[in-house]
Amino acid sequence: MAFRSAVITFPGYNCDRDMAVALEQVSGTPAIRVWHGDASLPDRLDFIALPGGFSYGDYLRSGAMAARSPIMQAVIEAAGRGVPVLGVCNGFQVLTEAGLLPGALMRNASQNFICRTVPLKVENSQSLFTAGYEAGQIVHIPVAHHDGNYFADEATLDRLEGEGRVAFRYAEQVNGSIRDIAGVLNEAGNVLGMMPHPERAIDPAHGGTDGRALFESAVKGLVEA
Amino acid sequence: MKVRVHVSLKNGVLDPQGRAIHHALEGLGFSGVNDVRAGRLIELDVDDSVTDEALDEMCRKLLANMVIENYRIEKVAA
Repeated sequence: MAFRSAVITFPGYNCDRDMAVALEQVSGTPAIRVWHGDASLPDRLDFIALPGGFSYGDYLRSGAMAARSPIMQAVIEAAGRGVPVLGVCNGFQVLTEAGLLPGALMRNASQNFICRTVPLKVENSQSLFTAGYEAGQIVHIPVAHHDGNYFADEATLDRLEGEGRVAFRYAEQVNGSIRDIAGVLNEAGNVLGMMPHPERAIDPAHGGTDGRALFESAVKGLVEA
Repeated sequence: MKVRVHVSLKNGVLDPQGRAIHHALEGLGFSGVNDVRAGRLIELDVDDSVTDEALDEMCRKLLANMVIENYRIEKVAA
């Protein structure tokens, strides 16, 4: 059966097209584009992507307004039913603001906007998003953010690590994230938020293809399930 | 009714903006500043019928991120 994915667009997004292209290239089926003001999602979705950008101009806090927009109620319900949800960059910020993932993304420790390719260590290679990687593998994926400095309290961090919910860590100092966390999973494992942009590393013309396995893992996992 | 909501970072949460401001103050030659924490002030103009519970809920649901921030509600005499 064809892979049905949706890409959510909030006002101020600029990575939604890249995300749709990545999903189409890897799955062979065009992604359905969904606008933030829509009250419902298309039915029978296999995958929901919240891409990156600057939703609502990052007003109040990055992702704060988008997390309260009409479509997010539908995304929260779908996530609760087990539909895989990937949030990248601002999408990660939206997922934390919406309470689908623990923690918060604060201003980078350096105060600078950081835009470069960074090395990441794959911590959990068992999830539906990361099964195409080896545990401990170093991959290179671009980041482009001002607010990527992950924070959660010690008890939450210990629980995340204990439950294997840290998907990726930065393999070098990037933005001040606590315990170098770059991406986290929810308790059920069907929601992943990460600051690096895997959709910007799926084609040799991007300068690297290390992000491709993430989408391939998701597509393959769902087709085989 | 005018309401001021003061949002500040929780103790123990590193504040990069406060640190940058601290550095800048030192750079200007001000000594004796031990620490700087930056926050946010949000002013609301609300009907008198808006309850304290509703104001509290506004803060918890949107104005502050309870993972990293505290808030304080101050009612201002018109």
